[in-house]
Amino acid sequence: MEKEELRIGVFVCKCGSNIAGYLDVEALDEYASALPNVVFTQWNLYTCSDVGLDEIKKGIKEQNLNRVVVASCSPRTHEPLFRSICAEAELNPYLFEMVNIRDQCSWVHMNEREPAMAKARDLIRMGVAKAALLEPQEIITSEVEVRALVIGGGIAGLTAATSLANRGFPVILLEKEKELGGMLRSLNRLAPMDVDASEVISKKIKEAEDHPNIDVYTGAAIDKVEGFIGKFDVTFSANGTTKDVRLGVVIIATGAGNLVPEGMYQYDGQKVITQWELEEKLKIGKIDGNNVVMIQCVGARSAERQYCSRICCAVAIKNAILIKQMNPAAKVYILYRDIMAYGVENEEELRKAKQLGVRFVKYDPERPPVVEEDKVTVFHHLMGKELELPQDMVVLSTPLIASEDAVKIANLFRVTLDENKFFLEAHVKLRPLDCATDGIFLCGSAHYPKDVRESILQALGAASRASIPLAQGEIKIEPIISTFVDRDACRGCGLCVALCPYGALEIEETDEGRKANIITVACKGCGVCAATCFRHALGINSFTDEQIQAQIHGFLAA
Amino acid sequence: MSKDILVIGGGIAGMQASLDLADMGLQVHMVEKLPCIGGKMAQLDKTFPTNDCAM
Repeated sequence: MEKEELRIGVFVCKCGSNIAGYLDVEALDEYASALPNVVFTQWNLYTCSDVGLDEIKKGIKEQNLNRVVVASCSPRTHEPLFRSICAEAELNPYLFEMVNIRDQCSWVHMNEREPAMAKARDLIRMGVAKAALLEPQEIITSEVEVRALVIGGGIAGLTAATSLANRGFPVILLEKEKELGGMLRSLNRLAPMDVDASEVISKKIKEAEDHPNIDVYTGAAIDKVEGFIGKFDVTFSANGTTKDVRLGVVIIATGAGNLVPEGMYQYDGQKVITQWELEEKLKIGKIDGNNVVMIQCVGARSAERQYCSRICCAVAIKNAILIKQMNPAAKVYILYRDIMAYGVENEEELRKAKQLGVRFVKYDPERPPVVEEDKVTVFHHLMGKELELPQDMVVLSTPLIASEDAVKIANLFRVTLDENKFFLEAHVKLRPLDCATDGIFLCGSAHYPKDVRESILQALGAASRASIPLAQGEIKIEPIISTFVDRDACRGCGLCVALCPYGALEIEETDEGRKANIITVACKGCGVCAATCFRHALGINSFTDEQIQAQIHGFLAA
Repeated sequence: MSKDILVIGGGIAGMQASLDLADMGLQVHMVEKLPCIGGKMAQLDKTFPTNDCAM
């Protein structure tokens, strides 16, 4: 094949005053024009503006540019835009190279103009040197198995499964217990709507069980997971039989557990109980005695468990109201550290509890309440004295804790947990429903303690996110991924397999012996494998050894 | 039934809804009363707790 003549265009951006305030952009433009293979240069006020982007397109069309270099800001924010502009002008988008003279130069060397100019020249020279060796790449597509797996048959899992099924996607719903319903099965009434928990969950269970698109398996356990987005191969057993299924996406809705406060505040499960156990008593309408003392933050917001479980204040308020409504003569105290009654309705419930005569006493964690046979002693910090509250029943508000299966599920699916073993989202603000591993989503209290409404909200959101690859039927993958540059050199040592954080490599027996195999769909192009391979068998597209060496030579050629 | 969707408001909620729907392959028409989209978030600097630049 005849080698085409290199025609590199360099666009240097002023970024308003972000770059031009500290660097002489017009001088950089002139400097770039003298670099090897550069046939066209231009400076822009904002390269990312419509005007700037048009100039790139014009350059490609009129100057026949076959490589484009933009010296501006960060590829994290603007590389996709510049690439798409190249594609619009019918230049392969991977023949584009970005040089960061803002975040890595003008911003950090504001007070050193001359050295900063020298560095900007170095960066541009290196970018041009690399651009000369860029190769066109094609977007990779991979088919998606149109079927979803939902793990957990509580309110979150049921909602997510039904939502996906209503969109026409087949769903497999796994529940480890013998019955669907999760935590809601043992709860009494739900605030703030004051509805029966079992009524809510029975309706959801029936909807899921009767849905033609949902296959429900109870008593289920997952044994093995292989694959990646679009093609998860999951082996699970349920009621003595083992099944292998292929799924496109996975939703984790494994819920949470309840802390049993063994050894705290004289807990005995009889007279000193948890809110959880109180729910059961309220369900049968049997509350002994007139004096109830509730203690908040038991085993939460402590050195051992630093997080706030968020729902316990609302639960205590709700149950206090129920007790007062059943028996207006009852004296109910809530000993709290801070009241977490966020949202319009919970705030309203708090007001209602106070109106009904529920007493709120703030306690200091340094001087926690003391539970004795028939009284609770607590230091009232406003009155500055000890209060002795008679008690016939003490109710401890304990936090939701991570499900005992969280570690196992996280290991099987290669997703991360936080320090409290709750499942971690990909980004707290921007990707709150996705796991960092593509194709896996999360909802409900598996994520962190949530009330019913939040669980349903998140389940609907996760189902919506999971619908994207299912609706498309295929996924598109960036081609900047691991690739064999010299397959013969690979000895199948497996070092890359052990180090790949995404499970994108495996060893397979081939006619030429043991070789690494790249699972392109799972690869994120991090480059760990290429850096590790001492046989130089693996490389990364657009970051080849030759391209990086060219950058180094470019740097040294000053 | 027409499969086009109207999203009213071009702030962070409207934009995310539009993007997710568009990613599902649906045609979205997002309308915003102001001359530019971005809403309140476009006026913010860093956002808690990650300190990401709001833009």
